[in-house]
Amino acid sequence: MLVYFMFVLGVGFALQRYMKTSKDFFLSGRSLPAWITGLAFISANLGAQEVIGMGASGAKYGIATSHFYWIGAIPAMVFVGVFMMPFYYGSRARSVPEYLKLRFDEKTRGFNAISFATMTVFSSGISLYAMGLLMGVLLGWNFTFAIMVAAVIVLIYIFLGGLTSAIYNEVLQFFLIVFGFAPLVLLGLKDAGGWSGLVTRLNGVATAQGYQAGAWSSSWQFMSAPSHNPMGVEWFGLLMGLGFVLSFGYWCTDFLVVQRAMAADSMSAARRTPLIAAIPKMVFPVLVILPGMIAIALTYQAGSSGFVLPKKLDGTFNYDLAIPMMLGHYFPTGILGVGLTALMASFMSGMAGNVTAFNTVWTYDIYQSYLRPGASDQHYLWMGRMATIFGIAISVAAAYVATRFNNIMDMLQLVFAFVNAPLFATFLLGMFWKRATGHGAFVGLLSGTAAAALHHGLTLPHGAMAGIKGGWFGAMHIYPSEMAQNFWTAIFAWTTCFVVTAVVSLLTKPRAESELAGLVYSLTARPKEDHLPWYKRPAVLGAIVLAVALVLNIVFW
Amino acid sequence: MGLDIRLPIGLMFTILGLLLFGFGILGDKAIYQQALGINVNLWWGAVMLAFGLAMLWFGRRGTRKVKTDPDRE
Repeated sequence: MLVYFMFVLGVGFALQRYMKTSKDFFLSGRSLPAWITGLAFISANLGAQEVIGMGASGAKYGIATSHFYWIGAIPAMVFVGVFMMPFYYGSRARSVPEYLKLRFDEKTRGFNAISFATMTVFSSGISLYAMGLLMGVLLGWNFTFAIMVAAVIVLIYIFLGGLTSAIYNEVLQFFLIVFGFAPLVLLGLKDAGGWSGLVTRLNGVATAQGYQAGAWSSSWQFMSAPSHNPMGVEWFGLLMGLGFVLSFGYWCTDFLVVQRAMAADSMSAARRTPLIAAIPKMVFPVLVILPGMIAIALTYQAGSSGFVLPKKLDGTFNYDLAIPMMLGHYFPTGILGVGLTALMASFMSGMAGNVTAFNTVWTYDIYQSYLRPGASDQHYLWMGRMATIFGIAISVAAAYVATRFNNIMDMLQLVFAFVNAPLFATFLLGMFWKRATGHGAFVGLLSGTAAAALHHGLTLPHGAMAGIKGGWFGAMHIYPSEMAQNFWTAIFAWTTCFVVTAVVSLLTKPRAESELAGLVYSLTARPKEDHLPWYKRPAVLGAIVLAVALVLNIVFW
Repeated sequence: MGLDIRLPIGLMFTILGLLLFGFGILGDKAIYQQALGINVNLWWGAVMLAFGLAMLWFGRRGTRKVKTDPDRE
């Protein structure tokens, strides 16, 4: 672990001398090759929620969790690479909120910038909190010590090397995570008797929990009705809610990931970034979901090594500990260090992603726009470094708040979900419909957020009490599971935003077409790529990625 | 950018691989009971070492190419 920390910091120091302008610091001077930005693209997303959460869902819901990848992330990543990146990279925008300003108006940008900046510091705080708890369970580290180690290291390497340093470290973390978890999967799979042994055991898990055999090992077969699968969702909600609204909303509009692609050295490299990222992303279920499935399978029907999932105080399984506990169970001294470092790396890469997105949006979209316009570039570079410090300071504070008031964090995440859900409708209309106006976008976003809150307030997941889970206005509809409720909240928010934006746009004055060149699809020249070899053309890559994702869906049907 | 990321990645994995590999050879073999009797340190150390060396090799080749080819920045 020490070796890893040394390297992480070393990269930061080595890059310090290249950080001369704010563009170097926030956008890596737009000089990185596509494979680096591509790996950073997924690594930034590979934070705590991903590794721990996907492992937990793998145990709880089985292979259906892979929908988050093969139906959710992959098509959205192809879409952002092929269709949306030309606007982000080609326009003069330096961040996602800034694109909103160029395309729509100041208020739409302000709304997005402020909600996004708050969201990033709090999610990095939540990530820190989770890490502090986990390191306490696994290594007996003191909560404050664990948080401080991670926060200080992330602070140093971003402070020195800006986005480039974060990206380089994300690539380093990517390989470390792969190499740390791969042996775990191999050992676990061997213990469970290979894939066929695992499927037999999972059939046992399914029948024991009252589902048909196979509910844990086939991703689509039981999606006809919510009661047939442990996720409690049906194919329409899954496809529209997760596959369309939520995934596209995240991968296409979240600056945290888009920022990585914007650091690429050319338009075609920027467009290839999400496509290259999609290739390892397709295989990631093996690393993060499969261990969860192995954990639950071995718990119900013990393997030779006697692994079992720990239980919480109330007697239910503590799914979140699936991956950490397997690390401790299978890894002897030596490789255990690598596994734990990989876990730590995943927390840090997720946190660093949030912090770099925060310092950019803060400096460009809030500080430069509203607080102090017209200062020198050196001043903004300095501000970016300061933003890194106080962004991390707020994260640490948020982590401590979370230890005291866990509900506040749940509440905040809920509010962010409301704000995020409709966002993709705004971008879709903005990029592909030149008639969409600033007033339309702003009113649409507000009403989409309100619709999300309203829908959440009127419905409840099965078996939950009114409160944080919804139903504060009275429960008009009961969903079979929390996940189904989330998917439908997203669908309602998106539809409301789409319709309201369109209607208000038609009622307000359109902008002159000359102002929208480079910002809207019909008014932008298609990027030329005839000179590129076929394997570098975004459309060809995108088609290949989609085809492979389709095959994966069919194989694990 | 002036730093080829493949070099630090290669170096880190080479060092980690060597450490694990060495530990696998010299260390106490009884600890591998929990890993289903497989000497994971030895094997995985070798895999990481191979990956680290490959990265170093590609990184060095890439850096040299940039230096001899003035067109490529």
